[in-house]
Order: sequence, then structure tokens, then C-alpha cells
Amino acid sequence: MLTTEERRAIEAKLADYPNTQAVSIEAMLLIQRYRGWVSEESLRDLSELLGLSVADLDGVATFYNLIRRKPVGRHVALLCDSVSCWIMGCDRVTDHLCSSLGTTLGGTTADGRFTLLPIVCLGACDHAPAMMIDGKLYEDLDEQRIEEVVAQYE
Amino acid sequence: MEKPLTGNFRTDGEAVCLKEYELSGGYQGLRKALLKAPAEVTDSVKQSKLRGRGGAGFLTAMKWSFVPIGKEAPHPKYLVANADEMEPGTFKDRALMERDPHQLIEGMIVAAYAIEADLGYIFLRGEYERCYERLARAIVEAQASNYLGRNILGSGYSFEIHLHASAGRYICGEETALLNALEGKRAHPRTKPPFPQISGLWGKPTIVQNVETLCNVHHIVNHGAGWFRDLSRTEDGGTKLYGVSGKVKRPGLWELPMGTPMREILEDYAGGMRDGLHFRGALPGGASTDFLVEEHLDTPMDYDSVQKAGSRLGTGTMVVLDDQTCPVGMVWNLEHFFAQESCGWCTPCWSGLAWTEKILMAMEQGKGSACDLETLKFQTKFLAPGNTFCAFAPGAVEPLQSALKYFADDFRRHVDEHRCPWRT
Repeated sequence: MLTTEERRAIEAKLADYPNTQAVSIEAMLLIQRYRGWVSEESLRDLSELLGLSVADLDGVATFYNLIRRKPVGRHVALLCDSVSCWIMGCDRVTDHLCSSLGTTLGGTTADGRFTLLPIVCLGACDHAPAMMIDGKLYEDLDEQRIEEVVAQYE
Repeated sequence: MEKPLTGNFRTDGEAVCLKEYELSGGYQGLRKALLKAPAEVTDSVKQSKLRGRGGAGFLTAMKWSFVPIGKEAPHPKYLVANADEMEPGTFKDRALMERDPHQLIEGMIVAAYAIEADLGYIFLRGEYERCYERLARAIVEAQASNYLGRNILGSGYSFEIHLHASAGRYICGEETALLNALEGKRAHPRTKPPFPQISGLWGKPTIVQNVETLCNVHHIVNHGAGWFRDLSRTEDGGTKLYGVSGKVKRPGLWELPMGTPMREILEDYAGGMRDGLHFRGALPGGASTDFLVEEHLDTPMDYDSVQKAGSRLGTGTMVVLDDQTCPVGMVWNLEHFFAQESCGWCTPCWSGLAWTEKILMAMEQGKGSACDLETLKFQTKFLAPGNTFCAFAPGAVEPLQSALKYFADDFRRHVDEHRCPWRT
């Protein structure tokens, strides 16, 4: 079941659009903000709230990379792999992080602390390599700095 | 040097608040616009020679001129700010929105007034969370001061702006795909015609415009078209946000006169190459633009000059290739991005780009063959303009076709030596 808070956040967005279909993408992002991902159950709840079919919602959800249809860890790190970060050595930094956390890109650590995902250009190319953890941007990464940043997240 | 777009940025990186914005002349352009007829505003923008800063470089006033105006026009009409900055190597719109959010809002209101739009959306990248917070706050401030809402400043004109957080995918930057995304659908591009100016969001007249373009509009109304043209060093009006990333001494973003030569940006502003490295080439305007090389360094960075040199100004943010970075590896990285981001709507694009990426990967891993070079050349023709549903794939093969031309020896060495010469 959607919580009152989730329901209110979605309903507040309804006023911005002429129909419920247009709200569906932001609604899924809002649910994800509270739960980390969008489950089958969430899709069914949202389908009821917006009067759209589960299939329609899932059709949209599976198109957009920021809507996650699988559970994630407590923190999600988005590691940029686009061209400026690649030139500045993001492969090396990402490999280092994966081995230090004992997981792979796309994977979640055994203790459920981190999910690591690749992401396209974060618009921080003058401070490459860059990554984002739970919406916060980190720049000028190297092996040492990425360790320090990740250590701040429990 | 005048810097209308960035001159107002705070040094501490925080957003300019409404009070500061007003003290530095903010919302004066809007006040002046509201005293004019919408057609006069469009005419100023036409005289200013403002061209779109999102990549295509279309004349802004020309774009607006296709919107039906007057009593017979269908309503609601929409203005959409394309804030879906996702072109690899591009980091200019994020700065504009984070540092001076009211500038975008004022630009949007003036543009909306010119086309008699009723409602605006800012289509913002989901990852740009700091922009979201700052824009949301600025919208509330603008509403409280009646710059937005009903009967703006007593003019009789009403306009609202909503902020839309997007959920990813590069194709959303294509304006008709963006409209589908705003409507809550999968972001496939639409057939053109009809163009969005006639039938856009929910079938109503719609203008989709890049953030940097919109940020210029009220400055033109405030200071005049002549002032705007004089900011530039070439035919196209205004300043431009230029960026440099890659292994230069000081990567960064600078607002400079439109038409500043590439060499000046690279050497005077970015400080030249890092010690021990040499310049081999650059993508002048993001991932989907052709490489330019040493012989092009004196090219003025404006639309026509860069096109004459064989590339596109694109977003004006350069990605520099140095002599210790593998050009084949770089192109593989670019085509990996494009193959991944293809929306899957038309076969030449999703199939051709995946094929292209696989060949480049094989080459980089020492498994390429001589006929692969022919296949890559074939792909650049196969995916050329006119052969795909939208401009995505033609843009995707621009860096590939120019790399095959300028770095042919590097490609050949990968094949002949069965390895990447840059990997030890």
C-alpha cells in the first residue's frame, strides 16, 4: 500500500498536468525516493491511484533507466562512464571501487550497503571523473578520494 | 567583456536569490516586454540573430514564427525548456540553472509572452537534483512577486511554470521524444510534420527551447538587439558558454563572445595541454559532433565557421583528445553510449549502432580485421541523415566518420598489431 506521504506527494503533482498518464513517470520516481525501487505491488497501487493499467505503467518504467524495477542497497552510486570521465580514467576508479566493495557494476554489496550503477554524463566534465551517491555529486575522483567518499555512507 | 549570462553568478556557488537578481537588473527585461506587443518581442529576438544553443543552431525567432498567434490560435499553448542536458561532454545548462535560476524563469516568461503561451514546463534531467531544488524555490519566489501567475504585474498576461523531473534516456533531448516523455509515454520521437509549433504537447502549439537559449531572451529585450549582436565576434549574436574537458591544464566553463576561436579557448582559458601531452583533436560541441584537429584550431567557434571546418558547434563544450589517449578507445566509448541510448524505434539506429559498437570493442581488444574498417565506413553512410527516423543516429556516427578520416593510422594499427597500442 502507498503511504499517506507518498499518496500526497503524487496527488500534489496531479495539478501540474491535464491527465494522470503525464504524472506516471514522476509518480514512480517519487515512490522510488521512499522505497529505493518500484515493486510489482507499487505498480499495482499506482495503477489504482492513477487509473492506468499495470502494463502501461511497466511499459513506461522499463523505458527509463532511472526507474528501477529491482531492489537496491541502502545507497545507490551512479558512476559516470561517458567520454570525458573515460578520458580522465573512470574505468580505473570504477574497477577500484568494485573490488574494494566486493561487487560489480549493476550489483549490490552483500551487506546491502551499496548498489553500483553506470550512468551517462553527469554534466561535471570539467571535474571528471564524477559520480553521484543518493543524488549528491562527487567530482575529481581518484582511487583514494572515492574510498574516502564511500566511507561516509553507512 | 560583458557576460550577461554568468556575470551575476555568486562566487560561493550558491544560487542568486530573487532580491539579488532584482538588484542586478533582473526582471527588467520582463517589465519592458510586457509593455510591448508580443510581435515586437519576437522582432527584437529576430534582429538579435539569436540561434538555438542546444545543438541544432536554428534561428530562435524563426522557430517562434511558426506558432499560430492571435484570437484564432488554439489554446493552451506551451513553452517547454529543454533542460535535459545529457550530451556527453556538456556541462553548461547545469551551471546556468544552479547558479542563476531566475534567469531561466525570466527568459521563459518573456519567450512565452512572445508566443502567447499559457503554460510552461521545465523538462529537467532526473539527476540534476540540485537544479530541481533551486528552480523550485525560484518559481515560488517568482509566483510570490507576481512575475508568474495570473495577470503578471498588472499586464493582463498570465503564465505558470511547472517543473518536471525526467527519468533518464538521452533521446529525451530530441524535442518530439521529449514531448512524449512529458505526456508520460515512452520517449520515442514523433513523425514531423506536424512540427511541435503547430501540434506539440497534447496536440497543442508548443515551443521547445534549450536552457541557454531561453536565458538570453530577456537580456535582448532589456538591452536591445544591437547590443546583443555587438557582444559577438561574428554574424551570430550574443555570447556563448564554452567548455573544455579532457587532459588540459584547467578544464572549465567560460562565457565568451560568440565566435571566439578554438585555439584561444584551449590555450588562454583552458591553459593548453597538460605537461608532456600533445593535442590530437577535439569534439567541438559534445559527443555527437565530428572531430576537429590541429589544422582547425583557428576556427571561430560559431555555427557557420565550425560547420565549414567539417563539424558542428553543437553545445559549444569541447572534449579534447590528447596523444596518450587511444582514439579508437574514445570512439568505442562514444558509440557504446549511443548504442545504449538508441530508443529502439527504428531498425537502422538500434541495429546499426549496436553493430558499430561491437566492431569497435573487438578492435580495441585486438580482435579486429581489415574488413571491419570497411564495415565501419559503411555504417557511417548507412546511418547518415535521411536513413533513420530522427537525428540521433546521424549524430552518433559523426565522431566515428571523422575519426576514421583523421586517425586512420590508429585504426589500422589496432587491426595489424591485433592489440590496442595504448594498452600495455
